[in-house]
Amino acid sequence: MSSLLSPIKDVHSERRLFLARVVLATVISVVLLGVVVARLVQLQVVNHELFAEKAQGNRVRIEPVPPIRGLVFDRKGRVIAENLPAYQLELIPEQVADIDDTLNRLAAINLIEFEDIERFKELSRSGPRFKPVTLKFRLTEQEIANFAIQRPRFPGIDFQPRLVRHYPDGPEVAHAVGYVGALSTEDLQRLDPSAYAGTSHTGKTGVESSFESDLHGDVGFRHLITNARGRQVPSDTSELLDSLPVDQTPMPGSNVYLSIDLDLQKIATKALEGRRGALVALDPWTGEILALVSTPSFDPNLFAVGMTTSQYGELRDNPDRPLFNRALRGAYPPGSTIKPMLALAALETGATNLTRKTLCRGYFTLPNDPHRYRDWKPEGHGSVDLHDAIEQSCDVYFYEISVDIGIDAMHDYLDRFGLGTPTGIDVLGESAGLVPSREWKRKAFSDRDNQRWYHGETVIASIGQGFMLATPLQLASAVGTLATRGKRFRPHMVAAVEDALTGERRMIRPERLPDVEISNDFYWDSVLGAMHDVMQGTRGTARAVGLGAPYEMAGKSGTAQVVSIAQDEEYDEQELRERLRDHALFVAFAPFDEPRIAVALIVENGESGSGVAAPIARSIMDAYLGYGDDAP
Amino acid sequence: MVTMRLSDTQRLLAPKAAPLSDVTQVMRRLHVDGPLLVGLLLICGFGLFILYSAVGESNRLLTNQVIRLSVAFTAMFIVAQLPPDFMRRWTPWGYLAGLVLLVLVLTKGDVGQGARRWLDIGIRFQPSEAMKLAVPMMTAWYLHDRQIPPKLRHLAAIAVMIIVPTLLIAKQPDLGTALLIAASGVIVILLAGISFKLIAGLGVAAVPGAFLLWNFMKDYQKQRVLTLLNPDSDPLGAGYNIIQSKIAIGSGGLFGKGWTNGSQAHLEFLPERDTDFIFAVLGEEFGLLGVLTLLALYMFVIGRGLYIAVQARDTFSRLLAGSISLTFMVYVFVNTAMVTGLIPVVGVPLPLVSFGGTSMVTLMAGFGILMSIHSHRKLLPH
Repeated sequence: MSSLLSPIKDVHSERRLFLARVVLATVISVVLLGVVVARLVQLQVVNHELFAEKAQGNRVRIEPVPPIRGLVFDRKGRVIAENLPAYQLELIPEQVADIDDTLNRLAAINLIEFEDIERFKELSRSGPRFKPVTLKFRLTEQEIANFAIQRPRFPGIDFQPRLVRHYPDGPEVAHAVGYVGALSTEDLQRLDPSAYAGTSHTGKTGVESSFESDLHGDVGFRHLITNARGRQVPSDTSELLDSLPVDQTPMPGSNVYLSIDLDLQKIATKALEGRRGALVALDPWTGEILALVSTPSFDPNLFAVGMTTSQYGELRDNPDRPLFNRALRGAYPPGSTIKPMLALAALETGATNLTRKTLCRGYFTLPNDPHRYRDWKPEGHGSVDLHDAIEQSCDVYFYEISVDIGIDAMHDYLDRFGLGTPTGIDVLGESAGLVPSREWKRKAFSDRDNQRWYHGETVIASIGQGFMLATPLQLASAVGTLATRGKRFRPHMVAAVEDALTGERRMIRPERLPDVEISNDFYWDSVLGAMHDVMQGTRGTARAVGLGAPYEMAGKSGTAQVVSIAQDEEYDEQELRERLRDHALFVAFAPFDEPRIAVALIVENGESGSGVAAPIARSIMDAYLGYGDDAP
Repeated sequence: MVTMRLSDTQRLLAPKAAPLSDVTQVMRRLHVDGPLLVGLLLICGFGLFILYSAVGESNRLLTNQVIRLSVAFTAMFIVAQLPPDFMRRWTPWGYLAGLVLLVLVLTKGDVGQGARRWLDIGIRFQPSEAMKLAVPMMTAWYLHDRQIPPKLRHLAAIAVMIIVPTLLIAKQPDLGTALLIAASGVIVILLAGISFKLIAGLGVAAVPGAFLLWNFMKDYQKQRVLTLLNPDSDPLGAGYNIIQSKIAIGSGGLFGKGWTNGSQAHLEFLPERDTDFIFAVLGEEFGLLGVLTLLALYMFVIGRGLYIAVQARDTFSRLLAGSISLTFMVYVFVNTAMVTGLIPVVGVPLPLVSFGGTSMVTLMAGFGILMSIHSHRKLLPH
């Protein structure tokens, strides 16, 4: 049938042709497979070593092991910052079927807050699926118990033990030691990311931040066998572990000993309780900070543990600004606390002498100017010399001699006491304060009228008002310089750094600063004697405070007018009135003959330096010198 | 009708033919080719070993594959019973039915992994698989009654028979299968003795064809070609497969890391290690020695297939057997060349070893055809 339709087929020639083609196809096949075999030889024989190495590199992952953070102690070896094991709540994204639903249910049983859900969702999306996301850094025992019961309802949620920074006396030391917080992207731009691989927290403020390099320690690492997704493979499945390079154990961070005295710290905190204020106490012969308090304070553990958004918002938006370190950063008009320094300046420059007397009628006027610069005592102090002017804090006396000293000499001497420039304390963030001068004013303002220096500005500068600003730390350092009769030491908080492994201690030596040179020792005697009489003389402004003390002391009160209230801050009327009251300041040192402690403090809107601030200074000195009720 | 009579004759003549061993005789009656069966069983057995390691030593998945192999071998056995003449008569109808199904797939097929390949008519299957056999059968059928080497107009007709299903499948898109089907048709033409001048001409014509193909390709397919040219340009993206499979094979060395000890495969660095890239698992765990063993087994099966083709008694059988054997060769080459980074990554599994059942049945049915051709030979001297 088919043969009729097509030409006669030549069966034999067709077979021959087919056979030839099959032979050709066979040759081609052999050649092609030969190419593959050649390739295999290239991969498996020629380049075998290279690929074997790559395969090894593939499966070995180096995992960082974070070091244990150094501890912080006070000067007597009491713990200020430690590391406590705590249970934290973790979510492992790959084990959670519905992350949204799980987070919502966790919020419903109050383990997390609803407003943080978005943040956690973002976190669980961004990392590798097997990497846990921490939902809560520290669970209370109650929370652990609660969650344990409900655990079957939450696959992929678990609690894990971790070391968490803990400050036993949280709020009392917060502004002195600072705090650690979760490592942020900004932190990693500042720090070496490889050294912080595996570290979860870093110092954010205070000693924790400034001594980060000591406290942190050195990261270690270990080798892991991992699969393609970086997940660790249980070691029993791989006999390869033996061939791995040696692991490196982490070096724990150094322990840091502060010069802070925890007792003083607590007493000062208690004394300032309910107030906005700050206190700095230091050893005038070394510059060691004995107490550094700013109130209201906050619990630094909140940062170490992690806060909910609302907790942080509450701290941030609190009008009393608990996060603000007033001791280091609060720049206040120093008021009359600078008078002893100005007195020395006046004596040294010859602007006054020890016998010059002024009749104080309660106000002062400049020639050709009707404006009355008022004394704090409206009826006046009568006839006063320099000693009386310091003891009774007569403003008019200082108004008068200020014109003779001149603003530039005032600036010069206050500058020698360290005002107007950062003290260089070993923690970051202090403010420089301000001691005005003609030059400063020329630079600070742009229009000609403001660039000019007016006599009236010199007058009010003499009682620490106007442009002048100082931090409690600067005032403490300055009064310490008075106590040592001009010897200056850089204030510092860290007394020693101790190697955690060897116990070897590196003592921080006091750093001597240029002395304040006063030509005549008798000037010191006079000014310091007047300061003594402020507290223990017959007419001293704070004689009530110095009364009956078992030791001799010296001090100077200050009252600073509140210049302005920031416009964006809102207060109700009663609060507004409260916040317009004068700030109360006091500086002091003791014992008078052999000073061991210098104190400066401010109570915002405390009104009376001698009435409100001075008793606090006394209690600190009592405690430190061993005369307090709760003396150490 | 002629077929029937010849078959009878054969049966009558069989006992009188040259003395055959009992085993050979039984095989012959079952229409099974011994050497081919042994070769296939060795490949599948070795394949199961590799697969067991590649699927992470899962007994469930291994059992799964054993079941698929059983189905495939059953298909082979059934097909082997059908005489070549019977197959030839039904070829055009089968081919047409296949075309209809391919059109149906494109209009109402199920979508899976971005491609429309499956058709659900009672059972779910891929019509493109059936076309892997239908296209070479159709071309062989067409040339059976015509002069060899074919005339130019006949070639044109054959070209249409090949291109239509190829384009339909490429449109799904399933570039790997489309290329294999086109290859199986082209192989028939080449075996039919088409002149080398014509082959050269077609080769030149293939250049614009390649451009046409490039336009047909999806972005991911273009990416694969580009990646092959420089795999290191995108080590974590498209080049990842090739880099990791080269590491796996290269690190295997001469003797391999030992069965189930491949770190590339077991630590999940090697993607698609139980399917398209299973050859890399073999290379890693059994080394060059294991790879050459498998390639030798493949060569044996291909060689046996070509021997059957040469021994075949009519044009249809001859061309079909040759095409099936050489298409199998193309499978092996494309997969191994792709895994070793010689050609772009096209989705072609390693035949009889890779996990998955659909193509296995087609492959074994093809070997069934070879067995049928060989065992239904007229034993008359010619």
